[in-house]
Amino acid sequence: MTDQAYNFAYLDEQTKRMIRRAILKGLAVPGYQVPFASREMPMPYGWGTGGVQVTAACLTPEDVLKVIDQGADDTTNAVSIRKFFQRTAGVRVTESTGEASVIQTRHRIPEAPLREGQILVYQVPIPEPLRFLEPREAETRKMHELEEYGLMHVKLYEDIARHGEIATSYAYPVKVEGRYVMDPSPIPKFDNPKLGDCPAIQLFGAGREQRIYAVPPYTQVVSLDFDDHPFVASKAPHDCDLCGADESYLDEVIIDDAGGRMFVCSDTDFCAGRQAAGHRGRLSPAEVV
Amino acid sequence: MTGIALGGGFSHPPEQAARAFRAVLEAVSRPGTIWTVEGAVPPAPLTVAAGTVLLTLADGTAPVHLAGDADCQPVRDWITFHIGAPLVGAEGAMFAVGRWQDLLPLGRFHPGDPDYPDRAATLIVLMNDLTNAGARLTGPGIKDAARLSLPEIAAFQRNAVQFPLGLDFIFTAGDRVAALPRSTKVEGAACM
Repeated sequence: MTDQAYNFAYLDEQTKRMIRRAILKGLAVPGYQVPFASREMPMPYGWGTGGVQVTAACLTPEDVLKVIDQGADDTTNAVSIRKFFQRTAGVRVTESTGEASVIQTRHRIPEAPLREGQILVYQVPIPEPLRFLEPREAETRKMHELEEYGLMHVKLYEDIARHGEIATSYAYPVKVEGRYVMDPSPIPKFDNPKLGDCPAIQLFGAGREQRIYAVPPYTQVVSLDFDDHPFVASKAPHDCDLCGADESYLDEVIIDDAGGRMFVCSDTDFCAGRQAAGHRGRLSPAEVV
Repeated sequence: MTGIALGGGFSHPPEQAARAFRAVLEAVSRPGTIWTVEGAVPPAPLTVAAGTVLLTLADGTAPVHLAGDADCQPVRDWITFHIGAPLVGAEGAMFAVGRWQDLLPLGRFHPGDPDYPDRAATLIVLMNDLTNAGARLTGPGIKDAARLSLPEIAAFQRNAVQFPLGLDFIFTAGDRVAALPRSTKVEGAACM
C-alpha cells in the first residue's frame, strides 16, 4: 500500500532527475565521486540517507527490494528502510538475495553471487578514501585529478611498519579500472574481491557528504597492496556455529559472562538458507524428531 | 504554441520516468546493449526514445542544445512546455540532441573539467537504426566485448583517449536506446 501523500518513492521528480544525472555520470567515470544536492530525508544522517536517495531514484514499481544492515535483514536500520519504501513506493520486498532486483546494503556484500539485472546500493558514511589523510576537500580533489595516490600507499605501509601486516580490515581502498582510488564503504575487506567483475550494477550514495559514485558491471576493481604484502581477504578463522559454513563472513557474538562466544554468518539470508537445506553448526539446536 | 507542444508528455510521470531511467541506467552500465523505452511522443525529428530520455533526465537546471533539424519550433515548444530546460548553444549544454552529422564537431561540447569530470555534456544521437553489429566495444560494463552500430569510429576513439574527461553518448532509434560512456574503448571492425 502506498502513502498517497507522497510522490512515488518519496522524492519529488526534479530531485530524482538530479540524482539520476549524477548516477549516470558516476557510471561513465567509474570510481569518481560525483557531487549531488543531497536532500534532507526523514531519517538521520548515518542511517543511510545517501543510499535511500539512490534507491529512490532507481526504483520502479516492478522492483523487489531487499535491505540489509551488516548482512542482516532483520536489524532496525534495514527494517525501517524497507518499510519506508513499502509505504512510499509500494514495492514488493524480500529477504532473499536471489529474488531481489534492488538491494540496499549497509557495510556488506551478500554472500550469494549477484547477477545481471540486480542493483546493489551501498550506504556510504565517508566517500573520500583520502579524507583521513588529507582533510581539505580542495586538496583531495586535486589528488584525484592528478592521480596522486602515494599518500594512500604510505598509510598502508605504515600499517605494515607498525603491525607487520596491512591492518586495515574494512573500508579497504581499491583502485577502479586503474584510475580512481575509491572507498568501497566500510565493507569488510573480505568482501573486496566481490567488487570487481561483478555482474550487478554497484551504486554508492553518501547523503551527508553529498557524493554519488558507481562501479559498472564487469569492472576491474583492485585492492591496493604491495608485491611483498599482497592483499588478503581475511575473516574469522571459524565455521558458522548455526549453519557450519566455512566460506562466509562471520560475526562474533558474546553469549555469556564467562567469555563464551559464538561465530555466526553476518549474512542472515545465506545462513537461514543453509539451515533450511539441513546444514548444522556447532551450536545448532538439537533436531526435533 | 501549438497543440502539438502540449501533448506527448508522460501520462504517469513518476512511474514512466522510473522505468525509462532504469532502461537508460542499464544501457549506460552495459555499453552496447539495446533497451526499449516508452512514454514520450515528441515532435519530429525527435525519436520516442530521445523524447523519453529528455523527459527523464533534463529539466530547468539542465540546459539542452538542439542541433541541426532538431532545432525547429515544434521541438523548442515541446521542450519548453514539458521540460522547461534552457535552450542553449553547444558550449553550455548539459544535453545535446541531434543527428550525428549535426552534432559534429564534438569539440564544441564541454568534456568536463579535470577536477570535475562529471560536468561533461551528454549527447543524445538520433539514429535511423540501432543494431548489435559493427564497432567492437570493450571496457567497464562489458563482459568480453560488445558490438554496436556506431555512426563512426574515430570520433569515439578520440573521446575515450581523454578519459576521465570526455563526452557520453546515448543513441536513440525509434523507441530503442543504447549508450556509449567515455570509459568504453571502441575499435573499428567490419560488420559481422
